[in-house]
This record gives sequence, C-alpha cells and structure tokens, in this order.
Amino acid sequence: MPKRTDISKILIIGSGPIVIGQACEFDYSGTQACKALKQEGYEVVLVNSNPATIMTDPEMADRTYIEPLTLESVAAIIRREKPDALLPTVGGQTALNLSIALADAGVLDECGVELIGAKREAVKIAEDRQLFKQAMDEAGLPMPRGGFARSWAEAEQIVEETDYPAIIRPSFTLGGTGGGIAFNPEEYEEIVRNGLAASPIHEVLIEESILGWKEFELEVMRDLHDNVVIICSIENFDPMGVHTGDSITVAPAQTLTDVEYQKLRDMSITIIRKVGVETGGSNIQFAVNPRNGDIRVIEMNPRVSRSSALASKATGFPIAKIAAKLAVGYTLDEIPNDITQKTPASFEPTIDYVVAKIPKWNFEKFRDAEDVLGTQMKSVGEVMAIGRTFKEALFKGLRSLEAVKPLRLANVPADELQRKLARPNSQRFSYITYALQHGVPIEEIYRLSGIDPWFLAQLQDVMHVQDRIEGRTLEEIEPAALLEAKEVGLSDRRVAYLTKRTEDEVRAHRKRLGLVPVYKRVDTCGAEFESYTPYLYSTYEEEDEVAPTDRRKIMILGSGPNRIGQGIEFDYCCCHASFALRDAGFETIMVNCNPETVSTDYDTSDRLYFEPLTFEDVMNIVDTERPEGIIVQFGGQTPLNLAMRLDDAGAPIIGTSPDSIDLAEDRKRFGALLNELGVPQPENGTATSSPEAIREAARIGYPVLVRPSYVLGGRAMAIVYDEKSLDEYMRTAVEASPERPVLIDKFLERAAEFDVDALADETATVIAGIQEHIEEAGIHSGDSSCVLPAVRIAEEHIETMRHYTRILARALKVKGLINIQFAIKDDRVYVLEVNPRASRTVPFVSKATGVPLARIAALVMAGVRPLKDFNLPDDLTVARFFVKSPVFPFVKFPGVDPILGPEMHSTGEVMGVGESFGEAYAKAMLGAGLRLPASGTAFISVNDSDKGQAVVLARRLARLGFTLMATVNTAARLREVGLEVETVFKVNEGRPNIVDHIKQGEIALIINTPLGRASHYDEQAIRRAALQHNVPCVTTMTGAQALVDAIIAQAETQTHPVTLQELHDSPKSKVQSPKSNAAFVFRP
Amino acid sequence: MSETKPALLALEDGRTFRGRAWGAAGEVCGEMVFNTSMTGYQEVLTDPSYAGQIVCMTYPLIGNYGVNAADAESARPWVEGFVVREASRMASSWRAEETLDAYLKRWHIPAIDHVDTRALVRHIRDLGAMRACLSSIDLDADSLIAKARASAPMENRELASVVTTDKPYEVPAVGAERFHVVCYDFGVKLNSLREFAALGCRITVVPASTTATAVLALKPDGIFLSNGPGDPAAMTEVVTEIKRVAQSGTPTFGICFGHQLLGRAFGGTTYKLRFGHRGGNQPVLERAVGTVEITSHNHGFAVAADSLPAEVEVTHINLNDNCVEGMRHRQLPVFSVQYHPEAAPGPHDAEHHFRRFIELMEQSKQAVVG
Repeated sequence: MPKRTDISKILIIGSGPIVIGQACEFDYSGTQACKALKQEGYEVVLVNSNPATIMTDPEMADRTYIEPLTLESVAAIIRREKPDALLPTVGGQTALNLSIALADAGVLDECGVELIGAKREAVKIAEDRQLFKQAMDEAGLPMPRGGFARSWAEAEQIVEETDYPAIIRPSFTLGGTGGGIAFNPEEYEEIVRNGLAASPIHEVLIEESILGWKEFELEVMRDLHDNVVIICSIENFDPMGVHTGDSITVAPAQTLTDVEYQKLRDMSITIIRKVGVETGGSNIQFAVNPRNGDIRVIEMNPRVSRSSALASKATGFPIAKIAAKLAVGYTLDEIPNDITQKTPASFEPTIDYVVAKIPKWNFEKFRDAEDVLGTQMKSVGEVMAIGRTFKEALFKGLRSLEAVKPLRLANVPADELQRKLARPNSQRFSYITYALQHGVPIEEIYRLSGIDPWFLAQLQDVMHVQDRIEGRTLEEIEPAALLEAKEVGLSDRRVAYLTKRTEDEVRAHRKRLGLVPVYKRVDTCGAEFESYTPYLYSTYEEEDEVAPTDRRKIMILGSGPNRIGQGIEFDYCCCHASFALRDAGFETIMVNCNPETVSTDYDTSDRLYFEPLTFEDVMNIVDTERPEGIIVQFGGQTPLNLAMRLDDAGAPIIGTSPDSIDLAEDRKRFGALLNELGVPQPENGTATSSPEAIREAARIGYPVLVRPSYVLGGRAMAIVYDEKSLDEYMRTAVEASPERPVLIDKFLERAAEFDVDALADETATVIAGIQEHIEEAGIHSGDSSCVLPAVRIAEEHIETMRHYTRILARALKVKGLINIQFAIKDDRVYVLEVNPRASRTVPFVSKATGVPLARIAALVMAGVRPLKDFNLPDDLTVARFFVKSPVFPFVKFPGVDPILGPEMHSTGEVMGVGESFGEAYAKAMLGAGLRLPASGTAFISVNDSDKGQAVVLARRLARLGFTLMATVNTAARLREVGLEVETVFKVNEGRPNIVDHIKQGEIALIINTPLGRASHYDEQAIRRAALQHNVPCVTTMTGAQALVDAIIAQAETQTHPVTLQELHDSPKSKVQSPKSNAAFVFRP
Repeated sequence: MSETKPALLALEDGRTFRGRAWGAAGEVCGEMVFNTSMTGYQEVLTDPSYAGQIVCMTYPLIGNYGVNAADAESARPWVEGFVVREASRMASSWRAEETLDAYLKRWHIPAIDHVDTRALVRHIRDLGAMRACLSSIDLDADSLIAKARASAPMENRELASVVTTDKPYEVPAVGAERFHVVCYDFGVKLNSLREFAALGCRITVVPASTTATAVLALKPDGIFLSNGPGDPAAMTEVVTEIKRVAQSGTPTFGICFGHQLLGRAFGGTTYKLRFGHRGGNQPVLERAVGTVEITSHNHGFAVAADSLPAEVEVTHINLNDNCVEGMRHRQLPVFSVQYHPEAAPGPHDAEHHFRRFIELMEQSKQAVVG
C-alpha cells in the first residue's frame, strides 16, 4: 500500500526530560520519526519540553514547540495547529500516556486528529493490566497467576491461585516500598496487611513468583497488511526479578532451542495482533522457566522503547524510522533495507556477532540508597558492545563503562559473597568473577544468582584466559595466549594490570606482534548481502572490512554512557559537529558506545564505529582511518580525559589544544594564568591529607568547597563549615593522592552564579549566552535552574563577565567552544571554573538564541571558516525569557534525602519559554513535572539569615490568597510584621506535625531553607514527604522567589505556545533582549 | 576446550581457513554452504537436504543449548562437516541430552571452530558455493585444496538415493485418520511428517525410486514430494514418474527439492543459485494477496520462472532476489513451495500450506463423491 495522502500534517510528541527509565533513546526514535515523515513530504509538528534533544532542532520538524508535556499545553498546541494525525508511539511512556489522555479528554475528536501507529483501544489493552490479562486469556497465552487485592479477604483467595512463594507489591508506593515475597501463610498475611496499609489506595498486586526464571524480550513490527516480523530477540543475563533496564542483556537469545524460540515468536505475533497494535514496533517480554520451559507473558509495550533502540543498534534495522513509515500506510515490503539497499525491510535481521548491553549506575551519588536491584529501574545509562563472541562483547562493554579502577575485588568474606551473589546489586558482576576466580563452582553461583550456567561458563573461560597471562612478563607470554586475551575482549589496560606493565608498553608489544583488530560490519543479514553502510565494530579475526576512504575526514569522539553530569547534551553537540562537517564536505566518523543516542544512528555520520571510548580503542581507529582531525571537546569528560594521551600519541586533535584544556584543569597553571590576567577567583588550595587540608582551610577561611580533582558532575563535592567536618570528609569521602589532590576553594556564600557559553577563535569571540542560576552558589550548576537573559544583575557585572570571557578565551587560545562559571559576591565577579569545551548548556543556549553553537564551533575547529566570517554579533541575544530547569531521580531512591547541593543529582532538563521570567519559569516547572499551586497553604520554615526575605515572600503569598503556616520561630517573625500565620509542630515537637499535614494533602507549597545539623532529620522528613506527594518544595530563598514569580505569572498571564521557527525567524528576534520584568531585583 | 587440536578448511579456489578441530577427527569433502539461522543448528545438522555439504553457521556461537532427541529432523546428522566461529563447551538447557561436541563425535562428523566464519561467508557470497575439504588429519593447504578440487561437484549430483528410505514405512495419523498421503522420500524432514500426522493424515513414506504406478496403487488421497539434497537435473527418471503422478489428478504437494522436481516435470528448467538460500529469515511474497511470510529456506537450486509453461502459475516469489518460491498448476490440484513450511528450524509463518494441501484433498474427495 502506498503512503496515505488523506493526511498531511502530523504531530509527534517527544518524551520530555531525561529521567531514569526514559532517556535519549526517545530522542533517537523521535528524530528518526521526524526525519522519515518529513522525507515523505508530511508537515511535522513536534512538541517536547527537552531542549537538549536533536529532535527539537528547528530543522528536524516543520514546527517545533518546546513546551511542557501536559494535557493543557499540548491541547493548546493541537488547537492551534489542527494536525491531521498524532503519532503517539515514538516518545516513550510519556507521549503514549499523554496521547491517550488527549483522546480521553476529547481533544483529538474535537480537532479531528487521528491516532496513527497505535489506536486508543490497543494502547488501553496493552497498558491496563486487567484488560491485557483478559486479552491473553482469550488468546490462550499464560500470564503470571495472581491479581489485585483490596482487602485481606481478597488476598486469601488470590494466594490459592498463586501458591507460595507469592510476590506482594503495594500500589503507588515510593520505590515499591512495603512489598515483599511470602514463603508461607504467616509471612503472607503480614506482608499483605502491611502492603495494604502502605498503599495510598489500599491495594496490593499479588503474583506467583517467577523469580529466577529466564527473561527474554522480542521486538516485533507489524504493518497495515498484517505482515509481522521479529527484529531481534534479547536475553537477560540476570533472571526475572531485575528490571530489564538494570540487567545486562544480550542479543540474540543465547540459550533457547529453535523450538522454544519459535514458541516465543508465535506468541509475540499472536499478542501484537490480539492487542491490535496496527503498525509499528512493540516490545514483548517473556519469562521462561529454566527447569521445564514453561512460559509466562510479562508485558508488552505498544510503542518503541529502550529495548527497540537497543535492537535497532544491535541489528542495523531502524525500528523507529520504519515504524513511522508504517504508520502512514507503507507496508514492510515497500520499504527498502538501508544497509543492503537491494532487499526489503520485510525480513528478520540475522546477526553474525553478539551484542551485550550493560547498565551504568550512579549509586555513589545517592549515599543513603541501598545498592539493591529489583523491579524499579535504577540505572542512569547504558553501554552496548559488539563482538564476535559473547565474551568479547561483554568485556568490550565492561571497558566502555569507564570504570576508574580495574574491577577486581579482594578478600570478600564468604557470607558477603553469598549475599552479593544472591541479591542483585550493581556490583554483582564483580562478585561473580571473584567467585569464579576463587573456585566457587558454576552450579553454586547458578543456585545463588539464577544466572544461566552458560553465561557463567563464558565468564569462567575469560578467567582462565586471564590466568594464563597473569603474573608472567609480557615477553614470555606466547603470542597465541595474548591473541586469545584480545579475542575474549581483555583490554590492553587489563593486560597491563595482569602483567604489571603500562598500557603503552602492552600496546607497543601487541603491535610489534601484529596483534591488531580488524573491523567488521553490522549488516542486518549475516553477510548474505553486500552492505553499503559502514557501521563497524572491532574484533580480533582475519578479514578486515573497514575499507577506509581517502576523503578528508574528521573523527568525533562521543560521550559514552549517560550518567548524571554527562548526558544527552553532549551527544547533541557531537551530532551537530557531524552534521556540520558532513555538510562542509568532510567524511565524518563517529565513535561511541551508547546505544540510546542519535550519534550511534548509522545515519548520523558517514562512518560509525560502535566502540568503547578508551585510549586503546580510539587509537586503533585512528591508526586505521588516519583522520585529518579529531574532536574531543564535544563529548564531555570522557573524550576530554583521553585528549592528552591521544595528543602524545600523535593523534591530530583539532580545536582548542589539549595543552589549553589541561591548563584550565590544572590548579596551579590556571591560578597563575588568572593572576597574570588580573581575573579574581575564590581563594583556594590543594591537599593530599587531612592535616594539610585543615591547614589550607584555615588559611582560606571557612566555609570551603571541597572536591576531588578530575571529576564529573560535582562527584563527592561538599561544602564544609568547620574543621571537624573537613577532617571527616578527608578521611571518609575521598581518596586523595599527589596526582589527584583534593581541591579546596573558599565557598562564596549566597553568591549569584552564572554560566557563560561562548564561541571563540583567533578572529573573534562571540558571547552566546550569560545564564543566571536561579539557585544561589553551592548548588551544582547542573542542578540549578537558569535563565537567559540574566534578570537580576547589574549591567556592569554582565560587562565584566563578557570582558573576562574574552580575555580568557584569548589567553587559552580557544578555538571552538568555551564555558565559564562565574560567581558574583559583594559586587565582585569571580571566575569559578573555565572549561574550554562544549558544556551542558550548549543545546539550551542554541535553542534560545537560534544560533547552532556546536555546528559553528565544529566548522571553526576544522578550519572551514574563521568565526568572524559567520557575521555573528559579539553578544547573542534572545527574543524571550528562556528557563532551563533540572529534573531529579530522587523518587527512585527510597531513603535518599532529596536536597540540592554541590554534588549533581539531576538526570535531565526542560526548557520553559515565556514573555516574562515568571511565565518561563512556570512553564519550566510544569515541564519538569511540578504543578504550581494557585492557592492553598504555604508552609515556611527558614533559617535566621533568610527571615528578612521570607517576610517579603510571605507577604506576596498572602496577597495571592495563600494561607500561611510556619514553624515557631519563622511564625513569630511573620507575625511581627502583621501577617496572619498558623504555627505548626516540627516533626519532633508533637503531632500532628508538618509531615502529617503534607501527607494529608493540606500543604500546597513548602519553603524550607536548611537550619543546620540539628534540624537535618526534620527537614529531610519534610522533603521526602513533599517528594512523595509531589508538593513543590524549595530549599533556597532565590528558588523560592522565582517560584513565587512563577505563581504570579501563572495567575496573571494566558500563555500562547509559539514555535522555535516563529521565535527565530521573526524580525523581532536577535535584536534586543527583553528588559527584565521580574517582580524583584535581587542584589547579591 | 583447553586441549585444542588444529584443523584446516580448504576451498577449491585456494582459500584456506585454519582453526581448531572439534567434533570427530577426520577429513571430509563437500559443497561449502552457509546457513543464517541463529537457532536450530541441530535441525540443520539432521536435515537430509544437507547431505554432501559442509555447512557454516553465520551465527558465531553454536552448541549453547546442546542436542536433544526431540529436535532431530531425521535419524542422523547428514552434513559432511560443520564450521562455526565458537563451539560451546557446555550445553545449557533443560532439554539438552548431550553436548554438540559429543554428538558430532558420536556420528563421526568433523567440525572446525575458531575460524573467521564471516570472511568465509563473504567469500562464498561473492564467488558462489564451492567445493571444500575439511580436515584435522591433513593440515597441508595445497594437499587439501587438491582434495577439494578432486571432490564431486554438486551440479548433476544425485543424492536422493543416499538419503531415502530403503523400504516403505507408515506414520500413523494423530487422532482420527482423515487422509492417506504418500510421501516420496528424497530426504524428508520429520517435521513434515509430524505436520501431516497432526492434521489427521496417515503417511506412507516410499523410497525415491518408487514408480508412479506403485504409488497410485496405494490409492493415496494426496502425494507429497519431499525436500532433499542434490541437483534436481540429475533426477530424470524420478521426474518422469512425478509427471505421471501429478497428471493423475491426485492432489500433489511439493516442498523444496520436490518443488524443483515438479517444475521439471511440468517442463520447466532448474538452475543453480550462486550461493543459495539457507536460513530462517527469507521474505516470501504471496502474489495473489500481497502478504509477506518470513520463511525457512534451504535450497541451492531454483526453478527458472520463464521456463514454466502457461498452465503453471508462479504464486510466490522471494523479495530478496525475486526467485520462484511457489507455484501451482492452473488445472491440476498440484502446488509446491521452494521453502520449508514445516520450518524446523525457522518461523512457522508458512505452516498453512499443509492445511492448504488438506483442503485440496478434501475438495478432491468431495469431487469424487459428488
């Protein structure tokens, strides 16, 4: 069937900010869908609140809205745009839920919008557990036995069906708290009764236990002609019980006979037809009993997913792109396979390699969180690796994780080992290898972990290969044994560790022996047909298919797995570099190992190397490709950390020199430079021991900001107010060494902070954006909302920041992007940090100014055009107020205090656009998932130094009609100025206390600045309760002021959605920044 | 596999691959082909259509789930030799009865692993299927290349007599018997028989050399022409018998080799594909309705579309290379498919062809009654 001509305008909804469980895979899928539909001649309207995405680039859609993904906001866009159709399946659960809400609210019918891809009924069946179970029953497919109970009596009935052990999960509790596994009737009654009490709706889900069963996923596609194909099968290394996002997964399935696999395939086809997903991709999860082959259907996602992104990268079959084409009426046989060109998409990819995906966790950032994995996903990112064997893929994947130290445990007590093997956790892999090395039999590890013996045997093979080289000198290891080590994926660094040599020595030795990798192609077809797409991975085998060209080429190093502090923003920059240089006639070569990203779409660059971002792997590609230039400044800390070594090895790094990058990172050199330039920075020092730190801090004066060197996202960064805490920090929080001393800075209390992004080369410096942080100094820049243009700062200080930016860019000989963090305290501008590279805020500033900073930077770096020839003004301006706000994963980590501080915790960001600061901030808050109250009770409890400002705020809130509630001291102060306020108990003062009020839903807004150690427990309880009940809770006065501005703006202004294209094409833009109309002026 | 012994694979054009010996020690020659199925190595090994061939699996990890009696497609493995990237030392499956290595040793099938199978596949893809010799005894490249060159080519090779049953045997219907089908055994896979039996057919399996007269004397409701190895062009006598069978008006259904023989019986020609179709992911278009089924394939020869007479309709084509995948006679109750509706290994999308044959037999019976 040809494409539909009865529709012409299609709305695509994105997935919003990056959160745990919904990351840049939906930028990848959304971008593919936008591109595919535009290519087919449709007018594409896109809405997404996340500015760091490629999909929200103005070129990707015809009309792009960066607006909150709420029913009201998207309904307004639909009423304005009147699209013919809505594609709900490429923006994750967010887009799917929102689309169904729009259908349920009648908005789609009202505006004549048709859901394409998946109809409302199909989505409901797939998403509603009861309906899905009913559908599966009708189709004769088994699901886990069990059901929902709202009383003990119901629970008694259900257990008849499930038997023991039974799994009990209370509905709607944070992180699934209050559930458990019951092995006998007594336990069952206890857990069920507790669960019913813990659930806010007094409901528990009770199911038969399938813990320890093998878990599989199939990616299915269907077209309007009812053709169905399976794109990929995925087997989970970890058995049932661990969220698939937290499990190592392998493609294709490894331990199923054809008979068993075909059963899952048949069921998948039955399910997609039964649920009624008309076109596109679905993901279906199965559990298989390893003892008898019994199967249970776990769930189906009627949309593209994290797994489908993985399946696309694993097979070379672009699921989202094809899904978009199927949604407009094409059938699979009408769409060509990009890679083979000569064969159609109506086939099932077969692969002749193995793919391993490994999750990346950030538990170290959530100190109170228990490192246990379960059904709630906790990982923040993932890597994928391709090898010709499972061993090779797995070990390539492990090194892609960028672990700081070689993973090897020592002296693990037997009981700890047993516990860590039995209870899934982020370190389990290391415990398994430890167990194997210490002679624990595979059967025993299997008994404890439920991990299939085949996988364990694979690991054991690698341990044996290691044993053959460990403790020997490099020279006495037979070349065959070294080759074997490389074949199973052991890195040079690992070999160096095992032979007590340096990585460079191993590399040199290996190359002398001629042990170098070859590159094979991902081609969807197991080499049956010729591949026209250079999508490559390395392996140690005979034949090399790399076939480098002799074109002018630039290599771009990506940013590896997402993690807190290094996420989609850097992938955005890498993609832009690739697009720009491709357009400029270069061959672009992308190196990355993150399967979620747009950068690892084989369509993004001319050549894609799906490889770990280590020195070894990158140099191997450099040796093969001999690029004219390498860009290391766009992928965040990962490639930057390689810069010096690549440079030393003769790799041609372009843009700002590695020496300048090092200068900016090196305390001493940088301090000297600032002195020379006369640019102030906070007093600082370094220390490698606690006494030294105490001495330095005394010299500098408390409070001090302390942190380890060379870290990302403020890892282990802390503000320390006294000697005792500093001593504790030095002894417990960090490992300091002469190479990596602890950095100590004077902490500028209550300073205002700014992020400045600029473009520079020897011909010009363009200040792209001076972003003012909403939160005051002390909150990590990635965790603070920020606004463009700055709203509460005197022009003289802006001028000073511009001046410092220019002289620093010149002094560092910046060629490309530079980001500087400033603080202003007591009318003095300090430089906090200079990063001569792409920053987290580049996409935000690009979207706000309409100037593609990363593109221009790439062209400047490659010497295509000097900066001055772009004819940009010295200072870019914006046509509206743009607010960037972070989103946090606290809700996934029970027990963790959701307070902001110098260590970054946010996973993603949204942008709000408005005519006023308040409007933009309100939209950003809404986009971040926080509904601002228009009225109700505002609870205020602040420390003494904040009480003056609290009075101002309380007045404004009272005027808006809020009822005031405060703790005793704050209340007294508010009463002094004549405000009416109710006094409430602190947590330890009696009941009902403030937390009780929050839990009762009586509090609309919380302003609570830290009072110090004594009240820490109180405050933490308030914050946790606020988080659970989604009550806005601000912990800084500047944040509170911004929030009140937003509430006022929300009450007073009617917002009208506007597209990026309108913003940047209108004559009004790029002329003059709007005047600050914030309701207050805050002078630090 | 700590103790590894070397093995050598030599192709007739002089290309060689060194690897590790597994399975049985020994030396074999055959046509070098590859299969792209990611599961189902046991079904591949026991498919009689692979007689005379050395099979390379494109999926690199083979043997993971071991071997079991239930998944065998015939009484024994038929491949001459087996080439994989990495053989699993352990079998992990509740269904496993032995490791693949032990199984191959038991059946004296030499195998090689630790070779760049992708390079081998690309070589065959570009230059065509060719003769090869696999040895763990003779590790001299020149000598083994010479042996490959001296071995029998697949063209004009008759192999049905090697794999066919010695004497007729019966497979009872599962449940009530509705039809009696005579199966010409050119190397039949057990799953075809299972499919028929499950649909209520009693099957009489007869040797490939059985005459049409003898077959028709069994008064079958339908005749099934099985899959099998070798070049259909080498089967002149059988083709004559098939022509008589088909023209008898008895519903006739051919699969793979049986399809090729039918094509020749109707006056068409067959030709050798460059490297064949072997795998479980081939898209076949049913022309009349426009739907695509994902199918299991194993054929090195095909029926030439333009050689068929007007009364034969090409019903199915392969979307990858447009080759004939199915045909039917416009007047006679005869149809055939080039691929494997019985799957094993592979997807079940095409299973309906067995029901189609049942319907044909039903109609035919009613016509007789009416």
